Amino acid sequence: MISTQALRREFRRSRRAEPLVAVAGVDLTVERREIFGLLGPNGAGKSTTMRMLTTLLPPTSGQATVAGVDLVGNPAGVRRRIGYVAQGGGTDSTETATAELVLQGRVFGLSRAEAHQRAAELLDAFTLTDAADRRLGEWSGGMRRRLDIAIGLVHRPTLLFLDEPTTGLDPASRTEVWAEIRALRDTGTTVLLTTHHLDEADELCDRIAIIDHGRVVRTGTPDALKGQVAGDTIVVTLPTGAAGRVAPAVGVEPWCRAVDIVDGETLRVYVSGGSTDVTTLLRLLDTHGAPVISLTMSRPSLDDVFLTATGHQLAAA
Amino acid sequence: MRFFSDVRLTYSRAMLAILRDPMWIIVGLAQPLFYLYLFGPLLKASGVTRGLPPGTSSWDVFVPGLLVQLALFSSAFSGFGLLAEMRAGVLERLAVTPMSRLAMLLGRAARDATVVGVQAAILIGLAVPLGLHPHPGLIGAVALLLALAVGLSCLSYALAMVLRSEDSLAPLLQGISIPILLLSGILLPLTLAPGWLDDTAQANPLRHTTDAVRGLMLGRGAIAPGIAVTLGFTLALIAFGVHRFRTTQDVRIA
Repeated sequence: MISTQALRREFRRSRRAEPLVAVAGVDLTVERREIFGLLGPNGAGKSTTMRMLTTLLPPTSGQATVAGVDLVGNPAGVRRRIGYVAQGGGTDSTETATAELVLQGRVFGLSRAEAHQRAAELLDAFTLTDAADRRLGEWSGGMRRRLDIAIGLVHRPTLLFLDEPTTGLDPASRTEVWAEIRALRDTGTTVLLTTHHLDEADELCDRIAIIDHGRVVRTGTPDALKGQVAGDTIVVTLPTGAAGRVAPAVGVEPWCRAVDIVDGETLRVYVSGGSTDVTTLLRLLDTHGAPVISLTMSRPSLDDVFLTATGHQLAAA
Repeated sequence: MRFFSDVRLTYSRAMLAILRDPMWIIVGLAQPLFYLYLFGPLLKASGVTRGLPPGTSSWDVFVPGLLVQLALFSSAFSGFGLLAEMRAGVLERLAVTPMSRLAMLLGRAARDATVVGVQAAILIGLAVPLGLHPHPGLIGAVALLLALAVGLSCLSYALAMVLRSEDSLAPLLQGISIPILLLSGILLPLTLAPGWLDDTAQANPLRHTTDAVRGLMLGRGAIAPGIAVTLGFTLALIAFGVHRFRTTQDVRIA
């Protein structure tokens, strides 16, 4: 559905200044009927990539095919085939939902009657019918986001772009928007979204590309990516003050990849994997006079994937 | 054709927006009305009708200028509305559709010209009881004003796209509209001006518009140069606006 080759975008503040590289050559392949996520911190180049793929920004170099159309050669063809929902939305607070949906339909060539029918259909599908004729200024953020998505779907595009679809939404609205996005995928729409939320990438996306400093550093399903990060994390609670004392002894063991002193009584131990490490750790702590009070073990998260791929944590970036 | 359909869609959306808030039509009229009632009477015995046929009132000389002033101030500030749409993301949303950018511009400018037309009708209606003699040339004069309004509002939209903030747009528009106003003979004919001022004003396209509008409404004097200058100026402003609409990449203000 999308394929890009070395897509690159530079920005110049002035003619003489060194160009700022926002996207340094991105190669992506997005398959039909998948939810594909671009995951990365703010400023990583996700939005710039999306703006290029939606024809809002011409690439400095590189090529892409979007919905079967050459992006650089035929941007108008791309615009006819895709839907785009910007992060901040694109509706006027003084308009009604019906007016916005009808305008969008008419712009895509529907007759007045067709556009009204399609608007009613979408309002119904997104359970917004009751508010259809109230000004959007009175709507909640979650309702407006759902309307933004509905507007992006008026012309039944096979490919929908969603820029940070749940940023700024409360947890309940977020769950609703996720459900809408899954429903779209299930009815045959391909969705490309950007996000800087790890849980969104993990739970919503079929495949993700991790973007950092304008480059794709990892691509795959969330599970496959997590599987590539070897090892588990064990968090143990020890008697007060013991954590600092035993940490060096744990750190020198061959199966221990790293050890973190969280506070006086909590230790986070990264191990190579396998439950045998747990028993070994318990025995070791016992011999050092630090009996374990409680223990939790966790599989690698996307956060760990991000950390190994980029050398920094997503939240800290 | 798709293009005309796009113009119509843009126009009717913009028209409905102004009809929801018709106060703006009155606000835009306030300044010319102040001039009409609080400045116009000063001209009665001022000699502005010198050299014109007997029976010509000072209003016949003054009101044409007021109409040009109306077109200038009403349409020059339309860029503010565009900034609001850029902030809401409406323009960006439409930029990822097949909608023609030229249509997005012209539909809005046509709405602005419609507003100027309504305001001009009200102004003329109020001036007749004061002593304005309506001449058939009035129709041509209003048509010329509408063309000018389209051009000026394209200019305002283009400047809004370049400056991207109300804080920079407002002083710029104020800064250019006042000298343009004074150098156009809108308030008093420049035939009263000293030579150097008259010469400077020759460089101002609106001065020629004012001459043509006045000529049309008086039914005398050369009108062709004024019409030619106004239409040329309008086309140049539309071209500038289209260029900005087509080439501006970031049509959203964060």
